[in-house]
Amino acid sequence: MFGPEQGHFALALACVLALVQFAVPLWGASRRDARLVGLAPYLAVSQLLALGYSFLCLVMCAVSDDFSVQNVAANSAVSKPLLYKITGVWGNHEGSVLLWTLILAVCGGAVSLFGRNLPDILRGRVLAILGGVSAGFQMFCLLTSDPFERVFPAPMDGQGMNPLLQDPGLAFHPPILYTGYVGFAVPFAFAVAALIEGRVDAAWGRWVRPWAVAAWCFLTCGIALGSWWSYYVLGWGGYWFWDPVENASLIPWLTGTALVHSAIVVEKREGLKIWTVLLAIATFSFSLSGTFLVRSGILNSVHAFANDPARGVFILALLAIVIGGSLALFAWRAPSLTSTGLFSPVSREGSLVLNNILLCSICAVVVTGTMYPPFMQLLAGRTISVGKPFFDAATIPLTLPLLLAMGIGTALPWKRAQLARTFSHLYAAAGIAAIGLALCFWKLSGILPIACGALAVWVIAASVSDVLRRIGIGHTSAQGVWERMKNLPRSSWGAALAHIGAGITILGLCGMSQAEHAIVEVHIGETRSLAGDDWTLLDVHNYIGPNYKAMQADIAIRHNGKLVTILHPEKRDFTTQSQTTTEVAIHTNFITDLYGVVGDRHGTGKDTTYVLRLHRNPLAPWMWLGGLVMAIGGAFSLSDRRMRIGAPKRAAARNMARA
Amino acid sequence: MSVTRRGILTAVPIIGAGVLGVGFWRMLSDMRSGAFDPRAIKNPNVGKPIPSFAMPGLPGLGDGFTDAELKAQHRPVLVNFFASWCIPCVAEMPGLRAISRNMPIWGIAYEDKPENASAFIQRDGSPYARVASDRHGRVAIDWGVTGVPESFLVAPGGRIIWHGSAALDPQIYEAEIRPRLAGL
Repeated sequence: MFGPEQGHFALALACVLALVQFAVPLWGASRRDARLVGLAPYLAVSQLLALGYSFLCLVMCAVSDDFSVQNVAANSAVSKPLLYKITGVWGNHEGSVLLWTLILAVCGGAVSLFGRNLPDILRGRVLAILGGVSAGFQMFCLLTSDPFERVFPAPMDGQGMNPLLQDPGLAFHPPILYTGYVGFAVPFAFAVAALIEGRVDAAWGRWVRPWAVAAWCFLTCGIALGSWWSYYVLGWGGYWFWDPVENASLIPWLTGTALVHSAIVVEKREGLKIWTVLLAIATFSFSLSGTFLVRSGILNSVHAFANDPARGVFILALLAIVIGGSLALFAWRAPSLTSTGLFSPVSREGSLVLNNILLCSICAVVVTGTMYPPFMQLLAGRTISVGKPFFDAATIPLTLPLLLAMGIGTALPWKRAQLARTFSHLYAAAGIAAIGLALCFWKLSGILPIACGALAVWVIAASVSDVLRRIGIGHTSAQGVWERMKNLPRSSWGAALAHIGAGITILGLCGMSQAEHAIVEVHIGETRSLAGDDWTLLDVHNYIGPNYKAMQADIAIRHNGKLVTILHPEKRDFTTQSQTTTEVAIHTNFITDLYGVVGDRHGTGKDTTYVLRLHRNPLAPWMWLGGLVMAIGGAFSLSDRRMRIGAPKRAAARNMARA
Repeated sequence: MSVTRRGILTAVPIIGAGVLGVGFWRMLSDMRSGAFDPRAIKNPNVGKPIPSFAMPGLPGLGDGFTDAELKAQHRPVLVNFFASWCIPCVAEMPGLRAISRNMPIWGIAYEDKPENASAFIQRDGSPYARVASDRHGRVAIDWGVTGVPESFLVAPGGRIIWHGSAALDPQIYEAEIRPRLAGL
C-alpha cells in the first residue's frame, strides 16, 4: 500500500500531472477557452494529492525500517528514535528534494483553494507557472535523485543519521525554511502571469502581497531557527558564520523583504510596478540558485550534502530555463507596464524606495561576498575566503541608514510629506533613542555596535509612538482610543510589530558583539572566573544513552558567591557513526546566556583535566526572539481584512444579492 | 538606442544572471574534469624554498633529516606527512609503495609517538627512503600543513613545486606529479 514502488509511481504521476498543469491552462488562456483554464485548480489539487501520497510512502519506508530502500539504509537505523525516523526523511538530499516539490505542490493547492476570487485567467496562468516549476523539480527528483531506489541485498541495519541532525530544532528547520524558499514561487508565478497578461494594477498588488508576506514569515522563522540551531548544537558559541549556505537563505530574505515593501506601493499607489515584478522574479531566482549552489558542491560549505556535479548540471539547466525564461519575458514585456502613481521623494513611497535601494545594496554585497571565492578560483586560480570581516564592514554601514529610515518611513504620509510636521511626531521617539544611545555608550564598546544599538532603540520607539499616535493616545478619550484601536488596520499593527522585531534582533546582535569566552583546562573542583562569574567544575560522570555513550560535566556558576545555576554540558559518542557531538548547556535569563561546553579529557587518575569552553553571551536570545516577533508581525498583517483575497468582491456580490 | 532607466533595469538582471550562469557552468564542467575543486586546500608555500628544520629519526629506521640534506638531493623528492592514527594515511600506504618504485619518498611522522609510527610503516614494508619524526607538529606548521596526509614535491635545491592535500595513489601520481617531474 505504501511501498517504495507505489511512492515512485505516485511521484511519476505527479510529474505528468504537473506537466499537464503547465501546458493546458496556458494554451487555454491564449485561446480564451474558459473550460481549459478552469481545469488548472483540479490539476493542481490532484498533483498535490499524488505528491502527498508519494511523500507519505517515503515516510512509511523510513518508519518501518525498510532498509532495502537505499535512502533509508543510508540515513536511518533501527535504534533511531521514531521522531527522527520521520524527520530524517528530509535530512538528506533525495528526501529534501521531494519535500521541496511537495511544498511547491502545497502552494499550488493553496492558490487553487484560497484564490477562488482571482480572475480565472490569472489564476490559470499562475497555476500553470507553478506547475511548470513543479514538473522541472519532480523530473530532477526522478532522474537524478530518486529517493525510492532499492538496494540488493538489503542491509540488516541502516548506517544511521548524522547525530548533529538529531535535534528537534533541526528536525523542523528544513520544512519551515523550504516553505519560505518555495513560497516565493507564488509571487514569482504572479509576476510571470502578469507579464504574459501585460497588466499590473492595484488589484494585482493586493493579490500578490499576502503570498509574499506568508513566504517571508516562513523564511524569517526558518533563518532564525537555523541560526538558533547552530548556536546551541554546534557549540562554537556563534550564531551566524556567513557561510555560503546561510547567505543563500539571507539573499532571498533581503530581496523578499524589499518585495513585501514595494508591493505596498503597487497596491496603494500603483507605482513601482516593474520594480516589484523584477523583485518577485529575483527573489524566487535567488531561492532556486541557493538550492542549486548547495546541491552542486560549488560552494565550500559546512552544510554537506552528498555533492554530485551531474546533479548540478541538471539543476543549472533547470535554472537557465526558469530564470532565463522569466528574465527574457521581463525584458520583452516590462516596457508595456506603465506606472501611474507619482510621488515626491519625501513621502511614504519615497521611504519605501529608499528601503528597497538599501536592502538591494545589502543583498548585492552579500551576493558579491558569497560568489567572490569560487569566481576568483575559476578566473585567477587562487583560493581565498571571504568571511566575517568583509561582511560586517560592508553590510553594517548600509544597515544604519536603513534603521534610521525605518523609524521615519511609517510616520510619513503618502504622496507628499512635510518633513517638519513628520518630525514633530517623532520627538518622543528621538528622545528615547538618545537615552538608548547613552545606555549603549555605557554598556557597549565599538562605534558600530553603539550606533546600531541606538538606532535599534530608535526603530522600536518610533514604531511604538507611531501606533500610539494613530490610536490617538493623549488626544482622545479612553472610549475614542478603544474605537481607534479596533479600527486601526491589522496591517498597521503588523508593520509596527515587524519593525519592533527587527529592532529587537539588532539589539541582540549588538549584545552578542560584546560576548566573552574562555577556553580553560581544569581539574575537578577547580574554579575559573569569566566576566565576573566564577565557574567551578564540580564533577564529571559517564552514562549510556539510547544510541550513544555520554560524558556529562556538572559546572556550577556563582556570581559574588551566590549560586546562579549548575550547567550539565555533555560530550556524546555515537557508536554507529563513530562520531562525537557536544551537547551545550545554556542558562538564560533572557538578558544573558551562560553557555558551557565540555571538551576533551586529558591525563589519568589524579591528574585528569577537562577542557571546558565558557561563554557569556549578552542579549543572545533577543536575536531569535526578534525573528519570531517579525514573523508574528507578518502573520498579523496577513490577517488584515484587506489582505483576504477578494473580500471586496465577495462583499459586492453579497450586496448585489441583497438588492 | 539611448540608455534609459528601464533599459538598465531589464539589461542588468539578464547580464548578471548570464555571467553567473556561464561561471557556474564552467565550474561544474571543471569539477567533473577535476580542474576545479572548491574544497582544495591551497598551500601558500608552493613555489617557495622549503623551511629550515632538523628532525630526529624513528626507532629502527635510521637518523632523521634536515632541510640541508633535502636541498642537497639531485633528484626531486616527494615529502609525505603521515601519522599512524590517521585512517586515510593507512589507506594511502599501498599507493605510496607503488609511487616509491618511481621516485624517492621521504616521510615525516606528524604528531605521532615514534614507536607507533615506526611499527606502522614497517608493518607491510616502508615506502619511505628516509623517515623523520615531527613529534609536536612544529615543522608541519612551517610547511603550512593543515592535516594528514599531505604531500609536497620538492625540486633539487629545495623549492616546493607541488602540494597535495589528499591521500596519494598512482592515478594522482600520473596526473599531477609525473608531468611536473619532466620539467626538472
